[in-house]
Amino acid sequence: MTTPIEIRSAPHVQSAKTVEMIMRHVVYSLLPICAFYVFQYGVSALASIIVVTGACLLTERFFVGTGTQAGRLSDYSAVITGLLLALTLPPGFPLWMGAVAGIVAIALGKALFGGIGFNVFNPALVGRAFVQAAFPTAIATYTPSFLPGRFTEFIPSTLALPLMIPADPASWLKAKSLDALAGATPLAKWKFDGVLANADELLTSLSGHMAVGPSPLLILVCGAYLASRRFMDWRIPLAILGSAALTASLLYAFDAARYPNPFFMLFSGGLILGAVYMATDMATSPVTPKGMWVYGALIGLLTVVIRYYSGLPEGVMYAILIANAASPLIERITQPVPFGRGVLDRVKKRATYPLNPGYISREEANAVTPKKRFLPNKPKK
Amino acid sequence: MKLVSYFRGEAFQRGVHPPSCKLTADRKIRRLPFPDRVTVPLSQHIGKTPRPIVRVGQEVVRGQPIARSDEWLSVPHHAPLSGVVEFIGLRPGMRGTWIESIVIRAHPGATQEDLWGRPRDLSQASGQDILQAIWDTGMVGLGGAAFPTHAKLSVPKQAKVHTLVVNGCECEPYLTCDHRVMVEHAADLIAGIRYAMRATGAVRAIIGVEDNKPDAVLVLRQAIADAAAAGVSEEIHVEAVPTKYPQGSEKMLIMALFGAEMPAGGLPIALGMVVSNVGTLAALGRLLPLGQGLTERVVTVTGPGVARPGDYRVILGTPLKFVLDYAGVPAVDAMDARQVILGGPMMGQAIGSLDVPITKGVSGVLVFRREDMLERESRQTYPCIKCGECVESCPMGLNPSTLGMLAAKREYDLMGEQYFLGDCFECGCCTYVCPSNIPLVQQFRVAKQILREKAA
Repeated sequence: MTTPIEIRSAPHVQSAKTVEMIMRHVVYSLLPICAFYVFQYGVSALASIIVVTGACLLTERFFVGTGTQAGRLSDYSAVITGLLLALTLPPGFPLWMGAVAGIVAIALGKALFGGIGFNVFNPALVGRAFVQAAFPTAIATYTPSFLPGRFTEFIPSTLALPLMIPADPASWLKAKSLDALAGATPLAKWKFDGVLANADELLTSLSGHMAVGPSPLLILVCGAYLASRRFMDWRIPLAILGSAALTASLLYAFDAARYPNPFFMLFSGGLILGAVYMATDMATSPVTPKGMWVYGALIGLLTVVIRYYSGLPEGVMYAILIANAASPLIERITQPVPFGRGVLDRVKKRATYPLNPGYISREEANAVTPKKRFLPNKPKK
Repeated sequence: MKLVSYFRGEAFQRGVHPPSCKLTADRKIRRLPFPDRVTVPLSQHIGKTPRPIVRVGQEVVRGQPIARSDEWLSVPHHAPLSGVVEFIGLRPGMRGTWIESIVIRAHPGATQEDLWGRPRDLSQASGQDILQAIWDTGMVGLGGAAFPTHAKLSVPKQAKVHTLVVNGCECEPYLTCDHRVMVEHAADLIAGIRYAMRATGAVRAIIGVEDNKPDAVLVLRQAIADAAAAGVSEEIHVEAVPTKYPQGSEKMLIMALFGAEMPAGGLPIALGMVVSNVGTLAALGRLLPLGQGLTERVVTVTGPGVARPGDYRVILGTPLKFVLDYAGVPAVDAMDARQVILGGPMMGQAIGSLDVPITKGVSGVLVFRREDMLERESRQTYPCIKCGECVESCPMGLNPSTLGMLAAKREYDLMGEQYFLGDCFECGCCTYVCPSNIPLVQQFRVAKQILREKAA
């Protein structure tokens, strides 16, 4: 009776996956994307990533310190917010504006709701939506990638003093004998000038001085890693891309001259980044599998509609924010059907034995013994 | 990888794959020595508690009935030892409360052979006679639920049973007692299956074995072939089902074998089936012809804190301290055993005292040391991040995420009415996978209890 054994409620074992582990792996998968982004835009992009992520972390630290928050600084969720936010901002975005975006993202997007798990909207997109409204010129000013000397020289707008209007990079670009159009995103070019970018430029963003964001191909690869280990749900990106492709193809089939081809729709702008990293934010997407399909389809549809019919060239951000707001509702109408409560006579063809025993025979003679499928046979140390 | 299993279409949807940790799968069943004293709790099974029919100071022989009840949903208990009844009164029980028990002190010189049982010939017995004989053995489900076997095998008048499903899944990690019984006592198992088929009127029996026990599948197929050669006419099949927790739940097993969803709230008998555990039937096959009572069972004693893990044949009522001493738990003396669990790690019951005896429903004794608990203890609990892991793992297709949030708000009625809390059979998958470390199934147990009390 004196042995100090403890009583707990079952289950007494737990899987190795923790919140920190999920978040850490999302950060790992974002690192190659960030590295490529820095390779494209040089030191300005690096500074932007560091400042935005730093602002997010400091804000998170402040709010965690107040003791009103769930979670803690080491859960990596603020790092994800910071990296994603930095990737959605133009590379020459003034650093002080980036810091504002980071602070708003955590303060208004996350801390206001109570911290990790409670936020209704994706914090990174809240930050971006704020600066899009506050600094419309700066956020629409893209500079071309692969500029000569990008690792030694900041894009002039990056270093604007706090609360100062950044210098227009047009004159700076002119000095490098590039026209200002080179600084427009493929989506803006299509929307305002009717120029379509080529497929390979969009996919790898390796060619020429096109101003495109992080490479969609790289994002898809990193997303596949996350999905394969289920740090992210594969249904949401699939639903978004599928529904966007479907909507765009229908419109393309309807009037090929007016609407761009579906491929351009999928791989331009932030759709891939949004589908793989933004929309799959766990706290703001539905928890039910059916709901994930609905949610993804809604985002894909809204993105195409906003891109085609609104004054903005890009619609992913608002599409995701709207779907975030709708996700509790989606969840409510897509509750899973419990075992044994669905269609009653749902008998699968795969079944080994018929329910009615009238016509089975002994098949031990040709039965196959399966291979031993033990899982690691070691208790946790 | 949920993505893969989604397309491969496994036996039942969802579920989890905990590391199997079957340390004792290749070790023979050994007999544990007889202790000096046994404690037989009167309430070891679901149903009415039998009354003692012995008095303090009375001498009993092994196998003699010491408690019985005339109620239908109840079984007698038999003396596990030849000795003297020393005490009848309250003793620590596995649920933490003290329960009415009979303590028997062993005669030092007794042979401890079961001399009470009278062999009998059941070859011409009717189903009713076999049920009566099963009742006489005091048999309950040895898989853990401890439901009286004669009640389980008796078919209501309006129902008809065509299939006996024999559950040899043993999906709980660590436990191997059913596995070893299938390998070592296949003939007993076949005999038990035949009795059960006659009792229920089933025309076929299907043994479902998880495919991480291929040796058991082979041994059973051989045993069936041997029996068929010896003139057994019953149809008995062995089927390997995918290894997945909780495959051993009868609903999941029926899903795996027949592809049929059991209607919610129904029993297998609605589909014309009766499900029974291999350990139970193997014990029946041995005890029925001998006319003996259930006085011992096979228990897996394992876990990282056990020096000599193994499957032991333990007489009922043996105190845990005796079992653990014999199996070599240095932790008991060094005081660093942190947790002793009766049953498996997913659904087992942690106990608070080593004086608790082994009862009919105890399939395993699991010991975790202090260092095995450290990782879990250091885990931070986060709010639900709605990752959807629990929804993807719940074998019953519930939404544990939403249920958990409702439980935190004490919306128990809503949980029961709209989110089907009553379907939850507390397998623990949701808590196992939860990255936020939320005690989901624990909350559900509380909620179900409160709903039960409200309904009462």
